[in-house]
Amino acid sequence: MITVLCILVGLLFAGATFCLLRRNLMRVLIGILLLGHGVNLLLLATSDPLSREVAILGEDGLPRVAGAADPLPQALILTAIVIGFGLSVFTLVLARSAFMRNGSDDVRELEKGGEA
Amino acid sequence: MNDLLVIAPILLPLAALVLCLGLEMQGKRTGWLSMASVALTLAGATVLVARVASGGAITMEMGGWKPPYGIVIVADLLAALMVWISAFVVLAVMVYGVKGRGRGHQGGHAHVLIQGLLLGVNGSFLTGDLFNLYVWFEVMLISSFVLMVREKGSKQLGGGLVYVILNLLASAMFLCGAGMLYGKLGTLNFADMAMKLQGVNDPEFVNTTGSLLFVAFAAKAGLFPFFFWLPASYHRADPALSALFAGLLTKVGVYALLRTFTLVFTDENGFSSDVILYVSMATMVVGVLGAVAQYNVRRLLAFHIISQIGYMVAGIALATPLALAAVIFYTLHHIAVKTCLFLVGGVLEMRTGTPDIRNHGGFYKTHPWLAVGFLIPALSLGGIPPLSGFWAKLNLLQAGVETKEWLFLGVALAVGILTLFSMVKIWNESFWKDAAEGAETSLPLWPGKPHAAIIAFCGLTLVFSLGGKFVFGLCESAAASLHDPRIYIESVMGGGGK
Repeated sequence: MITVLCILVGLLFAGATFCLLRRNLMRVLIGILLLGHGVNLLLLATSDPLSREVAILGEDGLPRVAGAADPLPQALILTAIVIGFGLSVFTLVLARSAFMRNGSDDVRELEKGGEA
Repeated sequence: MNDLLVIAPILLPLAALVLCLGLEMQGKRTGWLSMASVALTLAGATVLVARVASGGAITMEMGGWKPPYGIVIVADLLAALMVWISAFVVLAVMVYGVKGRGRGHQGGHAHVLIQGLLLGVNGSFLTGDLFNLYVWFEVMLISSFVLMVREKGSKQLGGGLVYVILNLLASAMFLCGAGMLYGKLGTLNFADMAMKLQGVNDPEFVNTTGSLLFVAFAAKAGLFPFFFWLPASYHRADPALSALFAGLLTKVGVYALLRTFTLVFTDENGFSSDVILYVSMATMVVGVLGAVAQYNVRRLLAFHIISQIGYMVAGIALATPLALAAVIFYTLHHIAVKTCLFLVGGVLEMRTGTPDIRNHGGFYKTHPWLAVGFLIPALSLGGIPPLSGFWAKLNLLQAGVETKEWLFLGVALAVGILTLFSMVKIWNESFWKDAAEGAETSLPLWPGKPHAAIIAFCGLTLVFSLGGKFVFGLCESAAASLHDPRIYIESVMGGGGK
């Protein structure tokens, strides 16, 4: 399972890097989204039950569930997804208004008209 | 009481944010409420600094969960000082006056967003938890994103997008680093991470996660080669806001570097801090060369931020108690000085209607007090004794001599001269030379009290200069707990100084 996750994370990162290096603003945004997914999966991989005992203790002070997955990374991912969603929507709006203004979504156009 | 004091710098902006939003929705003005809340935060922070300076770090466990399981809010002296100065900066910038502060939507909700920014900044300073730091960073960033691009159809959009995208990338790196650290150590609490890393003899792991976090924080701080967003965006926001960004945002990055790379990723834990030193030297040089070539007043100042950030981060790499104290002093001094310069630059732009200093002129004759307001921070930035910049540089260079980093010394001195040179350039062009025929020097200012804000910052600079010994004493005791992580770890894990 962990191997599959690792390969998937690697693929997502590779795809994200490829998209981020494009000149097309939309591709750059897709790259950021892919990167976000890659990072979330990487976080998920850290909840592997084989690597660590989880601090969910019963009343006797012993682990209540043996071999349970660590729930904390899932909470982290949830937070990261929510934040990432908000930021992506905001960036999309920005990209759209840049497109409406410049009539092109080439990132080189962004710098134009920028020199005050 | 202590608990309340520690959480107040976070709770007050949050409460003000919610109240302002509600009131603005009903079309009411919120400037007074917003300002009162920041003034209260400043008062609270003053008490906090006094308490922490006399009694040591104060820790608060959120929801009563003991560390390392719960999130802790830690106010050590460094955090308290940073909270104090950020409240000061925000208050002064509000006095200066934010453009377009009409009612509700017309005002672009400037006050709501500024409160959001202060919330994020204070949260970043006070948290004792890596993931929590990520969340505060995002709070801060989203507020600054919206502040930067809130005027429609302006030139801010291009710079704003560069800023947003590079920061999103940095955040992804941050999250990666945090995730890998958690995967290995099973904790996100700074103090607990520092303890557990001591037992892990795994330089590859430490250097991988350390580098990820370094890149993330370096992008926020504007270090070479991650600084491109800064000169592309800062000078396009309106003057008060760009001063706010210049003062606070990059310093949060510096603070995060200072916290993690003295506590968690140290040489003892196998992190090679040489990288930090070389990166910071490149930052100093590139930043100042950019500044020398510029004629747009606030863009020139924005390049200066980069080169000065280099000095601060170099001190982190030197890592002696003196160097760390110098870094903290440098940061405080730089926030005061740089915000002031941006405010003066804003006045110059408003008076002349152009940011290009070649079209300025004659301000020394027409506005002599503005000239004084420029000279104090400019000379301080250039490191002229007895102003605060001189003490900051002197102590940093002494630390360089102690550690025998001769290359760093040479670079720092050369960059210092160039810094002074580019300040003189603004002085010559805007103040000294005669105004060209028909050039405008007295366009009306926006509503607000720009001069009061500039006087406040000049006053603060003079306090740092003349009271240098007292302020540096505070910085030294703040640095002591950075240099010896055991003090910090004990105050967090030992249940806090209740």
